[in-house]
Amino acid sequence: MVKGGAAIEQVRARDQQSRSSGALSAAAGGVEGLGTNRDCEGIRQVLASVPDPEIPVISVLDLGIVRSVAADRVVITPTYTGCPATQVIERDIRAALDAAGYRSVRIETALSPAWTTDWITPEGREKLRAYGIAPPTRGAVACPQCGSAHTEEISRFGSTPCKALWRCRDCAEPFDLFKCH
Amino acid sequence: MASLPPIDIPPATTGNGAFDAPADDPNGALFDYLLRLGDDSLVLGQRLSEWTGHAASVEVDLSLANIALDLIGQATLLLDYAGEVEGRGRDGDKLAFHRDVLDFRNCLLVEQPNGDFAQTMARQFLFSTWQRRLLRHLAGSADARIAAIAEKAVKEVTYHAELAAEWVIRLGDGTEESRRRMMDGLEWMARFVPELFEADGLTAFLAERGVAADPDSFRADYEEEVGAVLAAAGLPLLPQQRPILGGRRGHHSEHLGHLLCTMQFLPRTYPEAVW
Repeated sequence: MVKGGAAIEQVRARDQQSRSSGALSAAAGGVEGLGTNRDCEGIRQVLASVPDPEIPVISVLDLGIVRSVAADRVVITPTYTGCPATQVIERDIRAALDAAGYRSVRIETALSPAWTTDWITPEGREKLRAYGIAPPTRGAVACPQCGSAHTEEISRFGSTPCKALWRCRDCAEPFDLFKCH
Repeated sequence: MASLPPIDIPPATTGNGAFDAPADDPNGALFDYLLRLGDDSLVLGQRLSEWTGHAASVEVDLSLANIALDLIGQATLLLDYAGEVEGRGRDGDKLAFHRDVLDFRNCLLVEQPNGDFAQTMARQFLFSTWQRRLLRHLAGSADARIAAIAEKAVKEVTYHAELAAEWVIRLGDGTEESRRRMMDGLEWMARFVPELFEADGLTAFLAERGVAADPDSFRADYEEEVGAVLAAAGLPLLPQQRPILGGRRGHHSEHLGHLLCTMQFLPRTYPEAVW
C-alpha cells in the first residue's frame, strides 16, 4: 500500500480534474450498454498506473496479470501462489479504481489458465531490463548492464519468488533474472 | 524387515471421529481430501520456514524461504476451499490455526524434523517429486477448482523438485561427509514414502469420480525418477524399511504437535490480532 501510494495520489489528482466525467461514467454504469467502451478504456488507464509493489517500474498491465477488463469487473490472476505481493496488488487496484470513481467495478481472481511470464508485455520486458532485471528468456541470459551473454546462475531463488540471482562474467555485476514461469 | 506389514492403527479402532464424514458422503470426502492436500503443503511450508535466518548461505536461505512461501500459498487456496466445502464458516486460517493435531491429515513425511540441510533436502526431494506427479494428475481433475489450483501449483513444485534433486546429487556425489549426511537423511525419510502411495476408501471413492488421483497410477514412474537421481548421486537405492502409516487418519508422530505449538501460538493467544 505504501509503495502504491504515489500512483494512487496521481490518480486522485487526475480524478479531481475530471470529477464530472467520473460521475457521468458511474451513472452510465446503471444503463445497459451506455458508456461501456469508454469505461473499459478508463479502467485500463487506471490499471496502467498501478505499479507492481515489488518491481515498481512495471504496472499490473505490463506484468500480464490482468486477464480481462469489463465495465463492471476486472479479472486478475496471481503470479506465484504464495507471492505476498498478490494481496497488495489487489488492494492497490481497489484503491486506484475507487479513487478514479469506479467504485462499483468488482475485482475477481481467476487461477486458470495459470499465469505465465509469456504474458509480460514487450514494454514490460523493456522496462525490466532498463531497471536492471533481466527479462525472462528461454535462450541465453543477457546481462542487463552490459548486454553480455557471458553470464552464470548464482542461486535459483532471488529476493522474490519470481527472480533468480545471476552474475555477469564480463562486467562482474550481479543481477536479478525474472525467471521463466 | 521388508516382509513385515506396515505399522498402522487398525481401522476398527479408529472409528469416525467428530470431524470424520462417512465415506459415501461426497462433500465430507472432498473436505477430507482437501485437508490432506492442504495440510501436506501447510506443514511442510511451516517446517521449511524454520530455516529462515539459519541456513549456511543467503542463497540457500532464500531457496528454502521461497519454497515455504509457495507451499503456504497452496495451503491457503486448498484450505479456503475445504472450508467452503464444509460449509461451517471456517476459512483457511481457521483450519490452519484452530485445529488440533488429531484433526490434521498430512502425510508423516512432511512433519519430520529438518535435521541438518541434507536431511531437509532428502525430505524435499522425496516429497516434491511425488507432489509434482500428483499435481499433474490433479490438473485434470473433474473438480474445476482443484484442477485450477493444481495447474498453478505444479509449475512451482517442478522448480522445488529440480532444486532438491540437484542438492541430492551435489551432496551425495560430494565429500565423504556430505555423502554420509545425505544417506542418513534418506535413511530417516524412506520409511514414510509408502504412505504417499497409500490408497484408502476415500481416495478410491474420489478417484472413481475423477476428482482425486490414484497414487498407484504413478508409483512406478516415481520410483524410476527417484532411482535415476540416486544413481546420478552415486547413492544406493532407498533402504527397505517397514513402512509407517497413519497420518491421513490423524495418527501423527510426536513432531507434529511441537510444530503446531509454534505455528498456532499467536492466533490462539490473540484470536483477534491483525496487522
